[in-house]
Amino acid sequence: MVEHYKPHKYKAGEMSLPERFAEYFSRLSEREAVAEANRCLYCYDAPCVVACPTHIDIPSFIRKIATGNVKGSARTILESNLLGATCARVCPVQELCEGSCVLARDQKPIMIGRLQRYATDWAWSRGCKYFDPGAPNGLKVAVVGCGPAGLSCAGELAKAGFAVTCFESRSMAGGLDTYGIVVFREPVEVSLAEVKMVEELGVSIRTGVTVGKEIGWDELVDSFDAVFIGVGMAAVPLLSIPGEELDQVVDGLEFIEQTKIKALDSITVGQRVCVVGAGNTAIDCATIARRLGAERVAIVYRRSEAEMPCYHFEYQFALSEGVSFMFLTQPVAVLGTGCVEALKCIRMDLGPPDSLGRRSPVVVPDSEFVLPADMVIRAIGQKKRYDALEQLALLGVKSNNGYITVALESRQTDNPKVFAGGDCIRSTGEASTVAAVQDGKIAARSICAQLSERARLKHVSADHSRRSSQEST
Amino acid sequence: MFQLITPDGLPRRARKRMVNLEIDFCGIKAPNPFWLASGPPTNSGLQVQKAFEQGWGGVVWKTIGAPVLNVCNRYGTIDYRGSKIIGLNNVELISDRSVEVNLKEIREVKKNFPDRALFVSVMVESKKETWQEIIKRVEDTGADGVELNFGCPHGMQERGMGSAMGQVPEYTTMVTEWVSEVATRPVVVKLTPNVTDIVQPARAAVAGGASALSLINTINSIIGVDLDTFRIVPDVGGRGGHGGYAGPAIKPIALHLVSAVSGDLVVQQAGTPISGIGGIETWRDAAEFMLLGATSIQVCTAAMHWGFRIVEDMIDGLSNWMDDKGFSRCSDFIGRSVGRMTTFGDFDLGFQTVARIDHSKCIQCNLCYISCNDAAHQCIDLKDLKIADSSSDCSWPVVREQDCVGCDLCAKVCPVNDCITMVEIDTGRSHVTWNQLVADKPEVLNWDKMEEYRKQEHIKIH
Ligand SMILES: Cc1cc2nc3c(=O)[nH]c(=O)nc-3n(C[C@H](O)[C@H](O)[C@H](O)COP(=O)(O)O)c2cc1C
Ligand code: SF4
Ligand code: SF4
Repeated sequence: MVEHYKPHKYKAGEMSLPERFAEYFSRLSEREAVAEANRCLYCYDAPCVVACPTHIDIPSFIRKIATGNVKGSARTILESNLLGATCARVCPVQELCEGSCVLARDQKPIMIGRLQRYATDWAWSRGCKYFDPGAPNGLKVAVVGCGPAGLSCAGELAKAGFAVTCFESRSMAGGLDTYGIVVFREPVEVSLAEVKMVEELGVSIRTGVTVGKEIGWDELVDSFDAVFIGVGMAAVPLLSIPGEELDQVVDGLEFIEQTKIKALDSITVGQRVCVVGAGNTAIDCATIARRLGAERVAIVYRRSEAEMPCYHFEYQFALSEGVSFMFLTQPVAVLGTGCVEALKCIRMDLGPPDSLGRRSPVVVPDSEFVLPADMVIRAIGQKKRYDALEQLALLGVKSNNGYITVALESRQTDNPKVFAGGDCIRSTGEASTVAAVQDGKIAARSICAQLSERARLKHVSADHSRRSSQEST
Repeated sequence: MFQLITPDGLPRRARKRMVNLEIDFCGIKAPNPFWLASGPPTNSGLQVQKAFEQGWGGVVWKTIGAPVLNVCNRYGTIDYRGSKIIGLNNVELISDRSVEVNLKEIREVKKNFPDRALFVSVMVESKKETWQEIIKRVEDTGADGVELNFGCPHGMQERGMGSAMGQVPEYTTMVTEWVSEVATRPVVVKLTPNVTDIVQPARAAVAGGASALSLINTINSIIGVDLDTFRIVPDVGGRGGHGGYAGPAIKPIALHLVSAVSGDLVVQQAGTPISGIGGIETWRDAAEFMLLGATSIQVCTAAMHWGFRIVEDMIDGLSNWMDDKGFSRCSDFIGRSVGRMTTFGDFDLGFQTVARIDHSKCIQCNLCYISCNDAAHQCIDLKDLKIADSSSDCSWPVVREQDCVGCDLCAKVCPVNDCITMVEIDTGRSHVTWNQLVADKPEVLNWDKMEEYRKQEHIKIH
C-alpha cells in the first residue's frame, strides 16, 4: 500500500464516508491486467508458487489472463484455493508470492494479488461456476466454525462427494473474512459470495449454532464420520488495568466488525483514540478510526518498532493514514469519570534477551504520563478457546498452550476422527486466511484418504449400477 | 513447509464441460487438436511421453531418415521491445539419432498412449526403394501415419531433400506416389512456404495421393549480423547462412498460406484435411487456424520457449471460448471463416467507416494524431476541448469525420483498448465491388472518367 502514498487528512467534506471505506485498491482495468500479465516471465517451478501457502499455479493463472482466458484463470486459482477472491485482497503478498517473484531482483515484482483479484472478480461478476458436488459417497462430515479453514475444508469435501454440515455460532458464515477484515481491504460481499459458492456445492451451513452449547461435541463425533474444527480464536482479552470498564474502552475486533455490518455513519468513534497493541488488528482499528474521522489516533505498544507483529506494509500504511506510534509505552490505567478522559501510560525499555533471544520490555521507574483520549481500543491478540478445548480434551483431542495439537502432514488431532485447522492450531507462524485455507484443504485430503475405502464400500453397496456412471476424477 | 499439493491431491471434480475437443484427422482420432510439430520437442520418446502426459492430443515425431551431423549455435532470435523470441531462426537438421533408436521409441510411446495421434516425419534421399522401405518400417511400429518432410529449408535441401522436393511440384507428386503405393495408413505432406504459390505444391501432393497436408515449415531467413564482429547470426564458428524462421512472427504468413490451401477448389474437392502450423502459441492462435480450415494445429517454437505446459491453457481456453460461442465440437467451427476469404476485386467499395475517438478513454498520447498527420490523410486535429471532469491542460485529438478515409491506422496505433473505434457510416455510396464496377463501367480505368465517377458517388479524397 505504500506505493500510492498520499497522506489523508480526512477533513470534513474532503472524501465522503462511503468513499473512505470503498476498496482501497481500484480494480485493474483489462489493459492494466493484460500488460501486467505479459510482464510475468511464466517461470517454471516458480518461486511464487512455492511461496503461496495454497500453491496456486500463479504463472498459469497469469498466463491465462494474458491469453484472454480469464475464465480459466479464475478456475486455476480456485482449484488450489476456494477462497482465492479473499486471499487476493487480504494476503500479505509482499511476504509471500510477490515477495519471492524473481522480477523483484531487478525490476518490480508482478502484482500477483491484484491480478488474482482481477481474475476472480471477473468470474464472480459473470456468475461463473466451476465446481459440481461429487457423486454422493454416503459419508457425513461435520465442520465446526465456518471461517476460511472450515469453508475450504467443507468445499473440498463436498467436491469429493461428502455430505457436509457446517456449524457456525455467528449469524453469518465467513469468520474473520466476513467480520474481521477492514472493509476497505475486503468488502463483506466478497466473503459472502465465497460462502454462497460453498453452499452451492451442497454444504449445509447452520448459523447461530454453538457447538458445545446447542449441540455437544460428543454428539458430533458420534453421529458424523469425521469432524473438522476450525473455530478460530475468541474475543480480545482485557487489558486488566483500572478503568477498563468505561464504555469507550472497546474490543478491537468488535470495532472492525461494525464497519462491516453497520451503517458507517452510525458508528461511534472518538476524536482522540488510543489503540493498544501493534498487530494486524491494531493497524486495522487505527486506520478505521482515522477514516471514520478521529482527529488523533495513536498506537500504544510496549515494545519497539522492530518487535511489532504487524507487517511492514501495514505499518507504512498506518503512517500514511496519519496514525502515530508510541513505542515502548505500556498503558497502566484508563482515566475518566463516566467516560474515558485519558490513558495513563508508563515508559518501557527493552531488557536483556530472554532464553529465546527476545528482549522483553521492562518498566522505566517513575515515568508515568497521561495521554488525553476519549476512546481506547483493545487490540492485543485474541483469547484462546479454553472452553471448547476442555470439552474436546474429554474426546481425546489434545491441545498445547491453548492451541489444538495436530499432525502436520494430515491436520489430524489425537482423536483419529477429528481434524483441525486455522487459527486454533496455529501456535507458531503467522495466523492468516491463506494458511487456514490450506489447513482446510489438507484436512479434507486426509479425511478423503482415511475414509475413501469406506466410501467405496458404502457406495458399492448403495447402488451397484451407479458405479458405471461414476464421474472419473 | 507444507507439501506441495498438486491439483490431484484431492479428487477434483471440475464442472463437466459441454464441449468436446476430439478431432478426426484423415481417419485418425485425437482427444484434441493440439499437436506438437516435428522438431526438437518431439525428438525422443521421453519428451513425447511427457508431452502426452501433459495433455497434447498428438505429435509429429522429429524427422527421421538420412544420416546427419548437426552444428553448434543453431538458433537466432528476434526479441522485440522486451519480448523474447517473437521470431526464431534455426539451422538444425533432421534427427541426428539413428532410425533404429527412433523406431524403437515410437513403438513404445504408441503402445503407452494409444489414444493420441502419433505421426512420424520422414525424409530420405530421393530413391523409391529408400522411401518405401522407411515407410514400411515406420508403419510397423504402430504409428498412426507418416508426414513427408518436403520443407526443411537448410542443410537437407542442399542434399536434394526437404524443400528441394517441396519446391518442385513434380517431385512432390512423384515421392508422394511412391509412398502412397506402400502406405496403409495416412500420408501427410508437409509443405514449404518458400515458394511463390503454395497452391501448386499442395495440388501436387493431393495428386500424388496425400491423405492430408500440413503447413507451414520454416521460412528462409537470416536473423541478423553482429555489428561488432560482422558475423552472421547464428554464428557457426565464424560462418553463417540462411535458416528457417518460425515463432509468433510467422503466424500471419502461415495463416495466409493455410487459407490459400483450404480455399483451393482442388484441395476442397479432394476433401484433404489440413494441419495448421506456424507461430501458434495460444488457444487464440489455434482457433484462428481452425477457422481458416485447419483440423489440427501443430506447435514447435512455443513449446521450445515455454515447455509442454502451455497446452493446459490451450485446452482450457479453447473449451471456454467454444462454450461461450455455443460450439460443442471442433467441427462446428473448423473452416467457418474460409468462405469469407476473397480477393480485393470482390470487396465492397460502398462499405465506409470513420474513426471515432472516445475521449473518456483517451489518455492524450497523440499517437493517433501524428500517425494520421504524417502517414495517413491529415484528418485528426489537436483541439483545446473543454471536457467535463477532466483537468487536463493538454489538447485533445479530434477526427474531422468528413475527411476521414477510414483507413484504420489511428485505431491500430492507439494504445488504449476500444478508445478509437471504426464506426460504419452510410454515405449513400453504392455497394459495388471493383470487379462489378469495371465490368459495368470499364471507362473508369481512365483517370478522367474515374474522377467523374467519384463526383457522382460523392467520393472525396482529401
Ligand atoms: C529447431 C527447429 C527444428 C525443426 N525441425 C524440423 C524437422 O525436423 N522436421 C520438420 O518437418 N519440421 C521441423 N521444424 C519446423 C517446425 O515443425 C514448424 O513447421 C515450424 O517451426 C513452424 O512452427 P512454429 O512457429 O510453431 O515453430 C523445425 C523447427 C525448428 C524451430
Ligand atoms: S516469480 Fe514472478 S515472474 Fe516468475 S512466474 Fe512468478 S510472478 Fe511470474
Ligand atoms: S492514440 Fe488513442 S489515447 Fe492516444 S491520443 Fe489518440 S485517441 Fe487518445
